[in-house]
Amino acid sequence: MDFGFTLSPSSAVNLDTVDHARYDRLVQLAPDALTCIGCGSCSATCTAAPWSGMSVRKVILCLQRGRDEEVDAMLSRCMLCGKCTMVCPRGINTRHLILTLCRLDRKGEVVR
Amino acid sequence: MIYQGKQKIWADYQKEIPDDHWFYVRSCIRQNFFPASEKYFLKICRDMLGRDIYESEHHTTCAGIAYHCDTIPQETAMTVVARQFALMTEAGYDNLVTSCITSFGNYVEILETWREFPELEEKIREHLWKACRREFNKPKYVAHASDLVYKLRGEIAERARFQLVHRATGEPLRIVEHIGCHYSKMFPHKGVGGAEYPCVLSGMAEAWGGQVIDYPERRHCCGFGFRQYFVKANRGYSLSNTHKKFESMEPYHPDMIITNCPGCPYFLDRWQYVISEMNGKTYGQNGYGIPALTYEELAGLVLGVDPWDLGLQVHQVAVEPLLDKIGIPYDPSRKYLGMDEKKIMTPGLPTTLKCC
Amino acid sequence: MVNRTPVIAVIGAGIAGLEAARQLKDLGYKPVLIEKAPVVGGHVAEWNRLFPDLSPAADLVQSLSKGAGSVKTYTDTEIASMGRLKDGYSLILGNGETLLCDAVLFATGFHLFDASKKEEYGYGIYDRVITNRDLEQWFNNRHDPRVANPKAVGFVHCVGSRDVKAGNTQCSKVCCITAIKQAIEIKEEFPEAEVYCFYMDLRLFGKKYEDFYIKAQRDYGIHFIRGRVSEVGEAIDGRVVVKAEDTLNGKPIKVTLDLLVLMAGIVCNPDAQHYAREIGVAVDEDGFLRSRDNVSSIVESSRPGVFYAGACTGAKTIPETLAEARSAALTIHQYFNKRK
Repeated sequence: MDFGFTLSPSSAVNLDTVDHARYDRLVQLAPDALTCIGCGSCSATCTAAPWSGMSVRKVILCLQRGRDEEVDAMLSRCMLCGKCTMVCPRGINTRHLILTLCRLDRKGEVVR
Repeated sequence: MIYQGKQKIWADYQKEIPDDHWFYVRSCIRQNFFPASEKYFLKICRDMLGRDIYESEHHTTCAGIAYHCDTIPQETAMTVVARQFALMTEAGYDNLVTSCITSFGNYVEILETWREFPELEEKIREHLWKACRREFNKPKYVAHASDLVYKLRGEIAERARFQLVHRATGEPLRIVEHIGCHYSKMFPHKGVGGAEYPCVLSGMAEAWGGQVIDYPERRHCCGFGFRQYFVKANRGYSLSNTHKKFESMEPYHPDMIITNCPGCPYFLDRWQYVISEMNGKTYGQNGYGIPALTYEELAGLVLGVDPWDLGLQVHQVAVEPLLDKIGIPYDPSRKYLGMDEKKIMTPGLPTTLKCC
Repeated sequence: MVNRTPVIAVIGAGIAGLEAARQLKDLGYKPVLIEKAPVVGGHVAEWNRLFPDLSPAADLVQSLSKGAGSVKTYTDTEIASMGRLKDGYSLILGNGETLLCDAVLFATGFHLFDASKKEEYGYGIYDRVITNRDLEQWFNNRHDPRVANPKAVGFVHCVGSRDVKAGNTQCSKVCCITAIKQAIEIKEEFPEAEVYCFYMDLRLFGKKYEDFYIKAQRDYGIHFIRGRVSEVGEAIDGRVVVKAEDTLNGKPIKVTLDLLVLMAGIVCNPDAQHYAREIGVAVDEDGFLRSRDNVSSIVESSRPGVFYAGACTGAKTIPETLAEARSAALTIHQYFNKRK
């Protein structure tokens, strides 16, 4: 029956059901990703960010929350210039992180 | 669950509820949604328990609906409320008891606002005088009608004909209690049991033999929200809130839901039908829904009032499985008879939700 | 100035009181320790290991109480009342004795916030919700079956700290680092468990604290979620459902946990306020005792002969408390030197 309205989708993240296999694999291959403190230096300095929403901080967070589509969209815009690596206060090798991530599928398998 | 922990909190949030002599104000919408609830509140208190409850035909809406829909300024709402106080004062009463949760919240909020800003109270007194030449005393006590039934729960239990117990197994019925948001979320100390673990309804359920279940989304709003529900395009948002509650309570297999708000029991009842039509899901046993009752209806059932006199036939979710569980007799052929014993119309049946 | 050795009443035999008493004794004074609990050591005596080096709390308490070994110590003794004399103070003890002293040192410490006051977290109601102190007790005696083999554990920072509604707007300073310490200890015990820390801000100011934090992230995979827990409910299996906002993501977040640990904060000790009023010492708006100056004279009150050490003036770490105890002893020494 059409009531003229439907159940609204929820934006809440349920950590009980989130699939973070890709994140788990990433931190095995690039453990420094674990030390991100979400300061946003990488996004602030990112060449691609103003036009594409690219943000290494958000990539790491989205992986933890199982939001792979957003991760892939952001990664596709990265120009690998390396500015983010220069500013990270935790010394995360963000170029290595991005390249590693590009090689992983959503299940965390190395496919490239 | 550590029950003693809840008792400790309940002890911190007990409010004084005078035993007798109340001025009663009705809800705008409850007589349409649950036609016998207010009537049986008065009947139980007056005729069965011998209390003095006065009602004036001159009272109006408290303006809470308009206030929450943002269609009138607060000063107007206050003047309307001041007029109710004037009616109460003229009738010689000090204690105000409200049928509606939002009214209760509205009265309490206004009295608290006047306590903080006495100049505003003076201004409203002026408004009222200019508008209708009335004067008022503020009530000494403001209670919601469920507070009063909570207070009288022991007397009701003494006169009970039925217990909230599964007749076949002897197990207490599993009851979800849902408290209207405006009961104590704004002023926790004005509600029996506070805002996080109110005991106004759980106290009744337990006094009458039932067992209250606490589930993760117990505190979640039913989604009524006034402005949201009134606009059709926004109704999915209201529905989603109720849906979230049902999904959360489902594993506990509740036998019924009791409520103390005008909107919540309406939503918790009718949305079960809408959800079943949308995604085929039902939450009661064997394809039925979970009956959502008002506390007056529940008190009436416990006291042996005929379910059809209590208006349970206007619920969307069939109450018969619940009545059978408790062992309350009913005559199916009388379900859709009107006051004059003539047949009123019989509703059509839903696609999925099983009804009687 | 009296010719006899000045007597200093040290109120409270926690770490501040013990250390200050030892220093005063070494400086040639006659400190008297008055402790209402049956044992000395205060809160630290209830703790298991200390951040950031995971050193045993018992060792510290033992060495401090050994240092104060020859100091006259009343345990299990309340102070019935305090009064001002012309040149000193009088204390009537719960055992009926009167103690006349030339100076008073408040080492009254703090109270751990009563976590049940944050009703939405369900401490005392939901079985799987415990406090930082309960967890330390488990580390000490392993008795609490609620801690057994958890698969998911959460830590809630700032419970009763920086919270107007809880009546305490102050930062308790030690909880962030304690949460990290306890999270690491839980991971050491239960390596398979997922551990989440819910924080508003991480305030890791002390020596080695940041290293400890990085270790928690990198070596233990502890998840830090920036967002304060708003509500806890109980699932049908008795586990707890925790709601917060993942503020870095701008989305609500929900997780079911076997154990939730509330980092109960540091609040003022009402006994200290009571004694302070009796002898005319000022109490700050935050409930802690008011120092003569918050920059240069934190251990002094505005009243001659009344001094402070440790958490009676606000939340302190252990090294800060011990430094203040020593500083208070020296300040008292100068006070008597000036009176000669």
